[in-house]
Amino acid sequence: MALENIVERCQDLYEDLDFTSVRAWKEAGANRKVIGHMPVYVPRELIHAAGMLPVGILGGGDQLDVIHGDAYYQSYICRIPRSTIELAITGRLDCLDGMLFPSTCDVIRNLSGMWQLKFQDKLIRYFDVPQNFHRDIGGVFYTRELQGFRDALSDLAGHEISDDDIRASIDLYNKNRQVIAELYAYRSAEPWQVPTPEVYLLMRAGMLLPVDEHTQLVHDYIAAAKAVERPVRDNCRVVINGLFCEQPPLGLLKSIEMAGCYVVDDDFMLVARWLLHEVPMDGDPIHNLSDAFITYSSETSCKYVPNKKDKGKYLVDSVRRSGAEGVIFASPSFCDPALLDRPMLQNALAAHGIPYTAFKFAENSGQLQPIREQAGTFADSIKLWSAA
Amino acid sequence: MKTFIGIDLGSTTTKAIVLGGDETVLGRGITNSRSNYGIAAEVAKQEAFLDARFFLFRELLKDLPALKDDLENFLNNFEQDFRLEQYLEQLAELERACVESSDDDRLGKDGAETRSLLAAVFRQLNDEAPKLYEPGSSRKSDFFRDIAGSQYSNASESTSQDSRISFESMLNVFDRSIIEVENRIGSGADEAKFMSALERTCKRSEVFTRLRGDLRAPLENVLGTAFEETYVVGTGYGRATLPFSKEHIRSEILCHGLGAHIMHPKTATVLDIGGQDTKAIQVDPNGIVESFQMNDRCAAGCGRYLGYIADEMNLGLHELGPMAMQATRKVRINSTCTVFAGAELRDRLSMGEKREDIVSGLHRAIILRAMSILSRSGGIRDQFTFTGGVAKNEAAVAVLKELAWENYGKVQMNVNPDSIYTGALGAATFAQRVVLH
Amino acid sequence: MTTAASQQADVQKEESMLLQKAMIGANFDALSTAHEEGKKVSSTFVPGNLNELLMCFDFVRNLPEINALQSAMRKKSGGYVMEAERSGHSEDVCSYVKSDLGMMAKGQLGPTGKPLPTPDVLLLSYTGCFTFMKWFELVRDQYDCETAMLHVPYQADGKITDNMRDFVVMQLKEQVIPTLERVSGVKFDIDRLRENLRESAKAEDDLVWVLQSAKNRPSPIDAYFGGIYYCGPIFSAFRGSKEATAYYVALRKEVADRIEQGLGPVTPEGVMDEERIRLVVEGPPNWTHFRDFWKMFYDEGAVVVASSYTKVGGVYDYGFRHDPDNPIETLADYCLGCYTNHSLPARVDMLCDYMEEYNADGFLNNSIKSCNSFSAGQLLMLREIEERTGKPAGFIETDLVDPRYFSPANVKNRLESYFQMIEQKKARGDSRTAA
Repeated sequence: MALENIVERCQDLYEDLDFTSVRAWKEAGANRKVIGHMPVYVPRELIHAAGMLPVGILGGGDQLDVIHGDAYYQSYICRIPRSTIELAITGRLDCLDGMLFPSTCDVIRNLSGMWQLKFQDKLIRYFDVPQNFHRDIGGVFYTRELQGFRDALSDLAGHEISDDDIRASIDLYNKNRQVIAELYAYRSAEPWQVPTPEVYLLMRAGMLLPVDEHTQLVHDYIAAAKAVERPVRDNCRVVINGLFCEQPPLGLLKSIEMAGCYVVDDDFMLVARWLLHEVPMDGDPIHNLSDAFITYSSETSCKYVPNKKDKGKYLVDSVRRSGAEGVIFASPSFCDPALLDRPMLQNALAAHGIPYTAFKFAENSGQLQPIREQAGTFADSIKLWSAA
Repeated sequence: MKTFIGIDLGSTTTKAIVLGGDETVLGRGITNSRSNYGIAAEVAKQEAFLDARFFLFRELLKDLPALKDDLENFLNNFEQDFRLEQYLEQLAELERACVESSDDDRLGKDGAETRSLLAAVFRQLNDEAPKLYEPGSSRKSDFFRDIAGSQYSNASESTSQDSRISFESMLNVFDRSIIEVENRIGSGADEAKFMSALERTCKRSEVFTRLRGDLRAPLENVLGTAFEETYVVGTGYGRATLPFSKEHIRSEILCHGLGAHIMHPKTATVLDIGGQDTKAIQVDPNGIVESFQMNDRCAAGCGRYLGYIADEMNLGLHELGPMAMQATRKVRINSTCTVFAGAELRDRLSMGEKREDIVSGLHRAIILRAMSILSRSGGIRDQFTFTGGVAKNEAAVAVLKELAWENYGKVQMNVNPDSIYTGALGAATFAQRVVLH
Repeated sequence: MTTAASQQADVQKEESMLLQKAMIGANFDALSTAHEEGKKVSSTFVPGNLNELLMCFDFVRNLPEINALQSAMRKKSGGYVMEAERSGHSEDVCSYVKSDLGMMAKGQLGPTGKPLPTPDVLLLSYTGCFTFMKWFELVRDQYDCETAMLHVPYQADGKITDNMRDFVVMQLKEQVIPTLERVSGVKFDIDRLRENLRESAKAEDDLVWVLQSAKNRPSPIDAYFGGIYYCGPIFSAFRGSKEATAYYVALRKEVADRIEQGLGPVTPEGVMDEERIRLVVEGPPNWTHFRDFWKMFYDEGAVVVASSYTKVGGVYDYGFRHDPDNPIETLADYCLGCYTNHSLPARVDMLCDYMEEYNADGFLNNSIKSCNSFSAGQLLMLREIEERTGKPAGFIETDLVDPRYFSPANVKNRLESYFQMIEQKKARGDSRTAA
């Protein structure tokens, strides 16, 4: 497939607030079920193993009129739950048979209760992941939680989910993680070849498409991107941080690149990059998923860091690994995890002499000019600094 | 005559309603709220009583067969002439205040020349006054501060051209004096003004001249009617500072709910968008408030937002609606934050978007905000009454209707031309109920 | 207000108030000299505070939320919040955190003006509030002190599962207790814990009795503004101590006397005259304008008969008591059961129960900007409660300790409108009943 066709397809999926592709998938077979999930992390392998389609629900973006959603929230609460409620109230999420609310923050946590009050006929689950990373403590708790989730999914599916089903799903998701890692490595090596808005759209597509289809799409994209030659610009290289839950308007990502920054690492769609290695195929698959979470999962502001010395390490590592020259914190307004964490991450960067800049956004931010200016100034200062 | 008075102190204007014993609205009065709510309340009330006299006069004139076809024409002329008399009286007060504040103690050697300039300026203002109140003329504002201010500024600009005294210092004189005049409660010599106004009007046409005697009698009758202020209820933003005791105060929510019910008895949902806040109110069939929601502590999306946009674009507030109606494209504006609105506006203009489209998008943005508050209060039910300053804006009304129908079906939407008086009407009705029930 | 009643009330009030004041003062004193005296200091949060356990290790106990609210009542928090914002904290986030960090940056003086020690251990009981986790990461970032994390899972489906309880128990046994032993140098003695828990249960009985006294007409207490004082000892550094038990005995006696005399709640201006409106309130109070805020209620004859805030440090009125026979499990159940660890449907049920049991005329939500754990979803809760009870609901917005987010005119305006709406509805209801 040609590059522009792939991007166009992803763009169409991204703009479609009616989840047409999901509806089509559902109608293509008897008794197909769809489980929605909010950011940051849920074990999609289990949903897939139940024969269901996991779908990332990421708010309404900047093209949705939010009328009823706003009625549920005070002005000091972030944007993603309002537009998510709007999507539900306007019937756009009717195609979902269940909805998962990970333990991202108090707002998403309470959103699970709102769903329980308003949409009682669905499978609604608050998905609590441990903040204790000892195999014998947090690991035991999480394994049992996963087992409980597996049981709930079997009830909904009307059949058992066998260990082999789960292993098969783990295999598919391992492949998906692998191709995404390849995509990120390619971008960090040749960022002019892989514009970040395209990476973002590809990752978004992964929130809607069946996993194998998405894996193929990313493969195709990488092949197509390698086949064209794009102009190299004198941009600086940055890591962007804070986009793990509420989504940036596409314009924001474009603005950052236009302002002279190549994004070489990010925290988009962490669910797809959460487990840092392949999950083993042999042994007890539930245990394997649990152990992967406990021992080699990503880090983000929603996760507790047991030791002070490790705070912010992941971000410093990301800068080093991707050869970035600085970090842009793009934090959603009123986002507790991102905003409370930011000063500590900034301290960690400062301790390593890594420059950073920070601004806030909302999924429907209309004014990108200040962001362009700020990113541009940051890029200039990095260039001056590295020249000096 | 027993009267029941409702006063609604808004952040920008203060409104008064005078009700008669039989629930008839006798008079309406409005004034700018100034920094002194006590005076604003008093002035609005006086205006409402003046309006009540016009009302009673009109009622009596209906029985005058000779005037039949000329009734409206006569009353229009008469009201303009009365306003002119009022204006001239206030001009005289203003001149006195200006002269007083230009004494030698304050201005030293400039005093004498300033005073002579003032004399010239006020001569001109007096000369120009009748033209302002020609029948059919329209003024941007009916408040003395605004009318006199713009006249004074024009006159002193030309007068001061060849003078040592600068235009600036002439304006300073005005600024020092206007508050005093504005905060003076009317002279009370209304009878004289009514009679002089009648003389002026009678000179305007042969018919009126002929009827002079027939007109004087009912007017004297009306002027002879004593109004008893049987009960006053105050409401509104400034009610905490009203010179009334607690029993005479009702919340603006209750008053708006009841006022809307009196205007449109089938009202179930009320939306009021005022300068500082937006209220969504659900009322029962008797006009009793069942629930309400207001904008949160942030004033995003209230009337003031439109005022801010108008200022940014250098337009009058009343010009925004018509401009928005000219839009040809839908522009999505996501920020209803007053602070950011200016920046977003400039950003979009610089990107080449059309003013009309942007202004239309801004209207849509504030109505979307109101829709959320409505949704929060329990949605829109039939009938739906829209009140407040923004209800005078045709573009806002159009978007509201579109969104209301889209989300809640074809409810009947009421927009009363007197909707600015909704709160005052509710308050007056409460006043009446206190006494009658 | 009758002079006799208010004088008498002052006397009555003073006994328990003075007791509490002395307890709090003594604790701040103890904190200020702890390190000189070779004592170790713990820091922990109100929801899920394991005071009985901390006492077993002789920690002098610090609660940063209490410091923040005490600073706010003494008009100091505004400066602390601004200080934290100057150093890079967002205006969007919790003002408790910023007040605490600002207080540290400005010389670490506690609300009474005495120095606060750097804690030796942070007991991060992550119960019902995401911000707690970040708060202690931030404190740790500054002081590098030992942190004992206790992850308390959320009761999303309205019940405590075995897995949740086991998880908390395991953390307590394997990690929290060993850490506290190590930091304090004191060996854990389970019998000492049992003894503390026994005291807790006694105080809890009396607290519940006091809170439920609001079912009387007139209510002898205000269960929000007054309730905050009543919960003070049990929610902070004193639960499980003999002095707390004594405090609740004294308090219970005072309230019993008021019921006998048919008196209403004691307000800062004396005994309330007439109870006109009975309210159930959801959400924490505002601390920066606490007195002004309260006055807006008692001036209108509005009494709060039940509140959710008095359940943040433990929900006792549904039967939970600390159980000396199952000492570790009971700590787990305590943490799991704190109000903000309950799901929204469970919170709605609880508030609807209160509306009925306490015969309330209305439901009022004080929505707090800082506190998403409480606030996110409150507008839906409001709607649900309004629908289920048929009683009018009101909504106001303030903040905990950031004075910039308390707009007196705005709050008063809404409250007055709301109270008048309730009275109008009541009047209509009465006339219907009469007809």
